[in-house]
Amino acid sequence: MLATIIRRLLQTLVVLLVMSALVFAGIYLVGDPVAMMASPEATDAQREAIRASLGLDKPLPVQYLTFLGQAVQGNFGNSFLTGEPAMRLIIERMPATVELATVAMSISVLVGVPLGIAAGLRPTALSSRAIMTGSVLGFSLPNFWVGLMLIMLFAVQLGWLPASGRGQTVSVLGVPLSVLTLDGWASLILPASTIALAKCAMIVRVTRAAARESLPMDYIKFARAKGLSEKRVLGVHLLKNILIPVVTVAGLEFGQVMAFAVVTETVFSWPGMGKLLIDSIINLDRPVVVAYLMLIVFFLVMLNLIVDIIYTVLDPRVRLEQRA
Amino acid sequence: MARRWLRLLGVGAALAAMLGMAGPVAARDLIVALKTEPSSLDPQYHALTPNTQISHTLFDALVHADAKLQPRPALAESWTVDGNVWTFKLRPGVKFSDGTPLTAEDVVFTYDRIPKVPNSPSPFTLYLGAVEKAEAVDPMTVRITTKGPAPLLLINLAQLPILSKKAASGPAPEGKTTTQLNSGDGLVGTGPYKFVSWKRGAELVFERNEHYWGKKPDWDRVIYRPMSNAASRVAALLAGDVDLIEDPPTDDLPKLEQNKDLYIEKTPSVRVMYVAMDQHAEPTPGIPLDKNPLKDKRVRQALSLAINRDAIVERVMGGVALAAGNVLPYPMFGSSKEHAEAPKADPEKAKALLKEAGYPDGFSITLGAPSGRYVNDAKIAQAVASMWSRIGVKTSVEALAPSVFFKKRDGYEFSAYLAGWSVTSGEMSNPLTSLLMTRNPEVGEGTTNRGRYSNPEMDKLVREAAKTMDDDKRAKLLQQASNMAMDDYALLPLHFELSVWAMKKDIRYQGRPDQTTLVQYASLLK
Repeated sequence: MLATIIRRLLQTLVVLLVMSALVFAGIYLVGDPVAMMASPEATDAQREAIRASLGLDKPLPVQYLTFLGQAVQGNFGNSFLTGEPAMRLIIERMPATVELATVAMSISVLVGVPLGIAAGLRPTALSSRAIMTGSVLGFSLPNFWVGLMLIMLFAVQLGWLPASGRGQTVSVLGVPLSVLTLDGWASLILPASTIALAKCAMIVRVTRAAARESLPMDYIKFARAKGLSEKRVLGVHLLKNILIPVVTVAGLEFGQVMAFAVVTETVFSWPGMGKLLIDSIINLDRPVVVAYLMLIVFFLVMLNLIVDIIYTVLDPRVRLEQRA
Repeated sequence: MARRWLRLLGVGAALAAMLGMAGPVAARDLIVALKTEPSSLDPQYHALTPNTQISHTLFDALVHADAKLQPRPALAESWTVDGNVWTFKLRPGVKFSDGTPLTAEDVVFTYDRIPKVPNSPSPFTLYLGAVEKAEAVDPMTVRITTKGPAPLLLINLAQLPILSKKAASGPAPEGKTTTQLNSGDGLVGTGPYKFVSWKRGAELVFERNEHYWGKKPDWDRVIYRPMSNAASRVAALLAGDVDLIEDPPTDDLPKLEQNKDLYIEKTPSVRVMYVAMDQHAEPTPGIPLDKNPLKDKRVRQALSLAINRDAIVERVMGGVALAAGNVLPYPMFGSSKEHAEAPKADPEKAKALLKEAGYPDGFSITLGAPSGRYVNDAKIAQAVASMWSRIGVKTSVEALAPSVFFKKRDGYEFSAYLAGWSVTSGEMSNPLTSLLMTRNPEVGEGTTNRGRYSNPEMDKLVREAAKTMDDDKRAKLLQQASNMAMDDYALLPLHFELSVWAMKKDIRYQGRPDQTTLVQYASLLK
């Protein structure tokens, strides 16, 4: 197990290296950060001074090597736009996104798994058809539209919930959290539901497929033949066996939400890191974009590792060493 | 039991009534949804509207640009000019928000700090170009010596808010660093509001500065929330989360104007949208001919006559713009009567001109445009393209992300492009110098003249104006110069944007032509 983790970390390093080089080259090709930031009235001398102070006057490979040298020491450079350390800007925004992603995924799993099992148990029943049709809607409605509709209904028409922001936060160990106050929940529930709608649809489908596959199995028949209650058959025997695909999908989806909750965050003005990424890409704020993507890649790799470890817990037949 | 409940209810109702009565009496907070969050709170870090509109609320400058962008006394009560020496008398009794009095030392410290701020993405040295030195003569007098005649000194000084020397001094060369100022450390000004807290991406909170020298500010607290998505800003206003929003989308305006709970403020701005044409390259990219037809004035005139500016204003901009005949609206300083009106569309004459110039069948051209930088930018480009195509100039639009657009524009990859220019100084020398003077970026002439129009006579007039202290004479010179450029069809102005703010119906905001949101001009209707 330890060997696997170390091997994974080494792979991550390679991925990080390749990715940072790509982002560097990509932003270089897209445009000139100085042209985006400097006043259009600036003289050439002023522009050159800006370029030099940001280190953009050196050839690209030199800039990249400088960056690598500093990154190894944990310094990812300062944002061009704000002058603040890029990593700090991201970490400041991270709790909001983690919170949103966690609540959204919890809702999707708590709602999606029972619905999926129900749909798998009686595939032809009317209720199951309704669930499956609903899940198609969940998939296909665009996120920003769902978000705006929820705002129009619950914030503008009914006035029950706020349309934007994070609400009141409580600081836990220096990390501001919305989940501990009622006001925070009021702000959290709409963006979380927006994300959860699409993710829940995914979970329903995966759960249903897995349930349909497992239900005709002998162990379910035996469990039923033994006279176990339906609750126990479904809640223990079936659930345990369908969890592996569900955990895989939920894990991957969680990573997706974390990294790319951009649309939802923008619609709800949720002060998370997705909005930071978009703003930084628009302004060609390279240090922030690079640091952000490096952090996300690292995070996704870790998430996959955790999912793999959960496999071994759920299914003792799975060995990490064989899978790596 | 039941009686106890009733009593509780009674107490609750009484409480609610008290609160309800207290509501209108107690001053309110103002919550503003910003289109763009400032990149920093350091008033000398980034010369850009999202930053300056915040710093001008925390700080004051020596002079202040009023609602017509004319310089008015602010921290300087009066001033005299003698050749290149300007003497400013400070307003007596002005205190910083920490209670310390304003002195000439603070002014000198402020101007000294500007060139020392490191890593500035758009330095404020831009506004100090004419200044040789600034000295404190006595605690209430500042003397500024300029390098030559500097008619624009006042309007430039209006862009430079005064810091407190005591609060903003520090061990670094620039004193308190940008990072320290971002956290509120040293962020002490004389403005109507003072800093409380800033959570990047979430909210920026100010409260009333009790030491403010002017009229007592209306709001107890001001809270800015960045909301980059226009639809979200509108939704937040409709839901009552915020009181005032910048820039509601033009498509939503008719609906918002009908809403009785809202008030809409529209102000003509100094941002002109224009089409620039390559008048230098031979041949020019985007036109598959051996020769550059845009060098022919008749062709440029034809392209101008082809454009129905009123239709763009009505249909693309939803009426939230004014058709333009010049780069600065008349009667602002240096704009002329001759070009006050936007030219009327005349496709027949345009076709005749093309024929006369030797292009009876027109030609094809690519029109570059940013997408998402200016209000409806890509849509405007599409409208221009269809109008040009109607006179035989087959136009295809290349609408690009702003960063890509600017890279291509600055690399002269467009024969024609759509862009915008905000005349922040409110007078004609600014657009003439940047957009129309022969390109000489070393001295700051023609910095954004990417059509490379060049008219030495006009250059001479603008240079002369820059040295003329007499306002009337200078205005005349600038009128002459701008007439020259417009008669040459050096670029084609399309329209001036109207700046729009939407707010709750009991609030009024006095809009500004420089498109800034300055909360001190937002008031509660009594």
